[in-house]
Amino acid sequence: MKSFRGCRFDAGAALAIALFFISLHVRSAIAAQESKPADAPAGNAENGKRIFTKNGCYECHGREGQGSNMTGPRIAPDPVPLDVLTRYVRKPTGEMPPYTDKVVSDQELADIYAFLQSRPHPPAAKNNPLLK
Amino acid sequence: MAIYNAYCDRVPVYIVIGNNLDATKRDAAYGEWPHSVQDAAAMVRDYVKWDDTPISLQHFAESAVRAYKVAMTPPMAPVLLVADSELQENPISADDALHIPKLTLASPPQGDSGSVAEAARMLVQAQNPLIVVDRYARTQAGIDLLVELAETLQAPVIDQAGRMNFPTRHPLNQSSRRNAVVASADVIMGLEATDFWSALNTMHDQVRRTSRPIMKSDAKLISITTGDLYTKANYQDFYRYTGVDLAMAADAEATLPSLIEETKRQITVDRKRAFEDRGAKLAAAHDRALEQARTDASYAWDASPVSTARVCAELWAQIKDEDWSLVSLLRHFSWWPLRLWPFDKHYQYIGVQGGGGVGYNAPASVGAALANKKHGRFSVSIQDDGDLMFAPTVLWTAAHHRIPLLSVMHNNRAYHEELMHVQRMANRHSRGIDRAHIGTTFEDPTMDFAKLAQSMGVYAEGPITDPNELAPALRRAIAVVKRGEPALVDVVTQPR
Repeated sequence: MKSFRGCRFDAGAALAIALFFISLHVRSAIAAQESKPADAPAGNAENGKRIFTKNGCYECHGREGQGSNMTGPRIAPDPVPLDVLTRYVRKPTGEMPPYTDKVVSDQELADIYAFLQSRPHPPAAKNNPLLK
Repeated sequence: MAIYNAYCDRVPVYIVIGNNLDATKRDAAYGEWPHSVQDAAAMVRDYVKWDDTPISLQHFAESAVRAYKVAMTPPMAPVLLVADSELQENPISADDALHIPKLTLASPPQGDSGSVAEAARMLVQAQNPLIVVDRYARTQAGIDLLVELAETLQAPVIDQAGRMNFPTRHPLNQSSRRNAVVASADVIMGLEATDFWSALNTMHDQVRRTSRPIMKSDAKLISITTGDLYTKANYQDFYRYTGVDLAMAADAEATLPSLIEETKRQITVDRKRAFEDRGAKLAAAHDRALEQARTDASYAWDASPVSTARVCAELWAQIKDEDWSLVSLLRHFSWWPLRLWPFDKHYQYIGVQGGGGVGYNAPASVGAALANKKHGRFSVSIQDDGDLMFAPTVLWTAAHHRIPLLSVMHNNRAYHEELMHVQRMANRHSRGIDRAHIGTTFEDPTMDFAKLAQSMGVYAEGPITDPNELAPALRRAIAVVKRGEPALVDVVTQPR
C-alpha cells in the first residue's frame, strides 16, 4: 500500500533536506578544492542521463535534477562532490532509498555525476518576468 | 469513494437514495426489480454522519429536516436518507395531516470561556507563539478572523492547506519555514489541525521508520478542533495522537471571535512592543522564503518535459487578472501555486482531498467549477493524468452542461506516486527497479488527453512538450472558457 505521507502542505520539510544538501555542498566543496580524490572515475554524461532515467533518479529529483519540495532536493547543475554523493547514495540519511552497488555501480554514479554537472544554469529568477 | 472523500473533508452532502424493500412489489413487468437491500445505508454508514430509512411520509419530513441540520452542524459531514419506492409512489391520503417541521440550524460549538481565556493567556505570554491550521476556514470570515488573530499576536501561521485558510502572501504566513518556526515556538495552537503531529515532528520513511520531534520539549500545545467531537472506529480518519496541554472540543472558526477579544484584552503595552519586533522579523523571513521559491522555480525553466514551476508561472501570467479559483489538488505539483501565487479569498483554493484516493480531482474540479459558474469566477484545474483516467466522462459532463473550466494537464505519464513507492520498495530489497514501471507508467503508447477531451466535446490542445508553446495555447483555451465552456491543455510535464 502506498504511503500518503506528505499530503499536507509542508514545503519546510523538503527545504530542510535541501538546506542539508546545500550545507553539505558548501562544506564538501571546500574540502574538494583542498583534496580532490585522485581515484574518482571519469564520467560519461550521456550514459549518466540514461542511468539517471533508468534507475528512477528522475522520479524524485526531476529529469534535470531540479528537485521538488515534495520528493527530493535539487542536485543539478551544481551537485555535491562525487565522493559525498556516492556515500549518500549508498547510505542515505533522509527519505531517499539506498542504492547499493548491485543496483548502481561507482562508474554509473560517476556518469550520473557528469550528467548532473552538464545541466544548464538557469537565468536569474530576478530577471525572469514570469517569476516576479 | 466520493462519499468517503466528503466525510474525510467534513463536507455536508445531502444524499437521498431509492430502495424497494417490499418483496411482494417487485415485478419486472412494472420495472420493479429485485436488486434491493434490507439496510441500504449500511454500505456507507461508517462514513456518513447520520442516516435514516423513513417508513411514513411524516417520518420522511422529520428526517429530511433532521438530516439537513445534522449535516450542517460542525463537524459537517454527509447524511443519507433511504426513500423507499412505496413511500415515493403511493398516493397521499386526504386524511394525512402532514407537515414539515421548522428548521433551525444549531450554532456551532465554541470553546468555553475559561479555556478561551487560558489559551489567550498562553498566547500573549509566549515568547514565540505559533498557529497551525489545516481544515480550519469554512468561510471568508474564517480567513479574516485568522488574519486578525495572527496580526494581533504578530504570530506566525503554518497553513497545512487542508483548506484555503490564510493568505499566502501575508507576511505572517510562514508555511515554507515549518521547521524553523516550530523549533523556536514555546506555545503552539492547532486550529482544526487534522495532522497536528506531523507539523511538530519529522519522520523518515526508511527500512526502519524513525521520527524525531522538531518542537521544544517544553513547548505548550493548544488544540481547538471539532475532531474531538467526531471520531469513528472502522473507516478511520485520524493521524497520530498528539498530547496537548489545552484542548477545546469546538469549532475553531466559531471560537476565534471570543479568542481574539480575550487576546486583545490581555495584551499589555510591553507585550505589544515585543509583538511588533517579532512581526518585523517574520515579515523579512517571509520575503526571503518567497525569493527562494522563485529561485527554485527558475531551475529546469526551459526543460522538456515542461517543469511544473514553468507551467505554474505561465498559467499565472494568463489568469492573474481574472477572478480566478484554483479547483484542484496541488500536492503532486510540488505545491507551486501556493508558493508563488497570491491567494487571499476563500474560493481560490479547494483544499486537499481527505480520502486520498486516485480519481478525486477531475470530478471535484468540475463540481467546484459548477459552483463557481453563477459567481462568474474563472475556474482552473491542474489535472493529473492518472487521476483523469478514473472518471474521464466528467469531461463530457462539463461540455454538456457548459461548465467553464480550464484543465491544464499535469501529464507526467505515470501513476507517479505509485511509481516512486514501488521503486522505494525495490531499493529496500536491493533488487533494482527494472520492473517498477509495470502498471505504474503510461508509456508505449502514451495517452493523448487532447484527443480524449475532444472526443467528449471539449476544446483541447496538446500534447505540449515545448514550454514556449504553453502561453499561446493557454490564451486560446482561456478564450474558450471565457465563452462559458470547458477547455483542456495537455502539457507533458516533469514528474513533480
